[in-house]
Amino acid sequence: MEDTAIKVEGVSKIFKLPHEKNTSVKSALINFHKRDRSYEMQKALQDISFEVKKGEFFGIVGRNGSGKSTLLKLLAGIYTPTSGAIQVNGSLTPFIELGVGFNTELTGRENVFLNGALLGFNRKDMHKMYKDIVGFAELEKFMDQKLKNYSSGMQVRLAFSIAIRAKSDILLIDEVLAVGDTAFQAKCSEYFRDIKNSRQTVVLVTHDMKAVNKYCNRALVLDNGQIQMIGDPKQATEIYDEINRFSLLEEPEKLMASEDYVESGAKVIKVTVREASSKEERKFFKYGEYIDISIKYRLSQDIKDAIIDIGLRYGKEGQYYFYSTTKYWKIKVGGKKGSIITLNCRLKNIFNAGRFHLVTSMFSPKRGGQLFTMNRRAAKLEMGEPPLSGVVVPDHKINVVTEGNKHDS
Amino acid sequence: MFLRVFSKKNRALLAELVRTDFKLRYQGSALGYAWSLLRPLLLFVILYIVFVKFLKLGNGVPHYPVYLLLGIILWNFFIEMTTQSLTSIVGRGDLIRKIRIPRWIIILSNSISALINLFLNLIVVVFFLLINHVDLLKTSLWLPLILFEVYILALGLSLFLSAAFVKYRDIQYIWEVILQAGFYLTPILYPLARITNLTFQKLLMLNPMAQAIQDARYSSITHQTTTIYGLFEGGWYKFIPFMIVAVIFITGLAYFRKESKYFAENI
Repeated sequence: MEDTAIKVEGVSKIFKLPHEKNTSVKSALINFHKRDRSYEMQKALQDISFEVKKGEFFGIVGRNGSGKSTLLKLLAGIYTPTSGAIQVNGSLTPFIELGVGFNTELTGRENVFLNGALLGFNRKDMHKMYKDIVGFAELEKFMDQKLKNYSSGMQVRLAFSIAIRAKSDILLIDEVLAVGDTAFQAKCSEYFRDIKNSRQTVVLVTHDMKAVNKYCNRALVLDNGQIQMIGDPKQATEIYDEINRFSLLEEPEKLMASEDYVESGAKVIKVTVREASSKEERKFFKYGEYIDISIKYRLSQDIKDAIIDIGLRYGKEGQYYFYSTTKYWKIKVGGKKGSIITLNCRLKNIFNAGRFHLVTSMFSPKRGGQLFTMNRRAAKLEMGEPPLSGVVVPDHKINVVTEGNKHDS
Repeated sequence: MFLRVFSKKNRALLAELVRTDFKLRYQGSALGYAWSLLRPLLLFVILYIVFVKFLKLGNGVPHYPVYLLLGIILWNFFIEMTTQSLTSIVGRGDLIRKIRIPRWIIILSNSISALINLFLNLIVVVFFLLINHVDLLKTSLWLPLILFEVYILALGLSLFLSAAFVKYRDIQYIWEVILQAGFYLTPILYPLARITNLTFQKLLMLNPMAQAIQDARYSSITHQTTTIYGLFEGGWYKFIPFMIVAVIFITGLAYFRKESKYFAENI
């Protein structure tokens, strides 16, 4: 126990998400006697146990929605676990966001003292550190100006400069280092190296595997609220990559070009691609396998009549190897605002090897009608090498008949 | 437990939150902090003109304007503290969701801001006491205890209301209505003696705010004030307001402690 900094035992966290939130007394009274109030129980974390040793740089990695931020908030004592126990030895400072509590109506100087107090420093400590903080942030000239006149970069610099003064036994860091320009990033990595060398206990939550490999002694991989593994960062990287490979729900590409993406009236909310016989989500398909594609659209307005199309393009800008529409199948598409439409499509992989992009759109059948949504990067598929060459290898049979004189053998 | 509550860290944070609150309060106004004293002064002028010159409500009560002012100041303190606390947990959601600070510190910092304001207002009351040549009463020594009672009542309600507001947003409007009703059910503007039915008088005085305001007036302005002790004479009923305060405080604290674990996810 002596050398343990954090001990997590069998922790689960379930969020109760009411379908219709009872935020008024009236609805609470009306629904009071109804025992069947509809809740969605969202299991954010299930049966998590691990230990962080003193002096360890511990990484927690996982994709968006894997539960890593929930875990961090539980460790920080912001959330209370539904079951299980968390034991923390020593003082702990969480950095979930830089500059928490910054008030734009106050001057830079006043904000330094306020933010310092939130990190556990009193005025005396802050007076001693004030010069260093301002110097490190390179904001000497601006300290008596109101924070609202700072650029966002200046605010981040000031916040970071205060944050690194925190002297706790344990630091909990969320992906705060993912902000700022290159020069600022350099300062961040310098700080990380320093705390690593000083044998400070750190828990870093991130999806940046480079940072994990660079700084962490050990790492925990989280997926769907469960621990996939705990151990060596290298091994963690492999497992993490594996998880990513099999997840077809693509991370939203932030800088998706506008010609690739339209959203006006409807939106693609989920794309899943499975192998038909095993039902497993996949990205790679061998020749001849059946692919089940399922796309969910949410309507943000009433749509009476629409056509959905779906296609596979070779490469980003390449040719359509496959294209089909609901019109061809004589399916009527439409719904009220808020409804969710799921399109299922099964097709056989007859394509040549290579990377394909799943493209889909929803549009009005009228001539020159409205484009409700379009997504040219709905998913990426990787096809395996077919036994023959050619752009596609369709189902075919070869039959040879020879008439006339046969060679006698 | 108590030591941990008032650890060095928490005290520093509390001081900083109160300081920030005061800096922001009169932000951008030309007179700034002077408003803290100007507001009760101007209030006094209004009360004097309306109630002493026009309505002549206070005939028979010595030093009626100051008597009125003290009542209103105590009531305003009660309103300020409870209404500001009510929204404070939700209002500070950014802190609660992102760092680990004791949740009660937010309520406490609010209550201290309100207390500071109350003391500034009381300075104005003292000033008028002196101008009016009111004899300093020995019973004034009781005043801190009476203020303490009001503070504990307001704190208990603040804890309860702020925690309930996280879940039920209607609380804000309900509380507004209750305060309105409370204002007329408490002898703030009218002297209690104006109510001729003795039973009603007694019922009104069971309200802790009525009891406290009358006690404050009795102890520091004039002994001609009707108090609960005079009304009930020997009966144990006179302790009901204190019991109400105790029950509200304990309930508020318990509810807040239970709910505060889930503030971060419910806000």
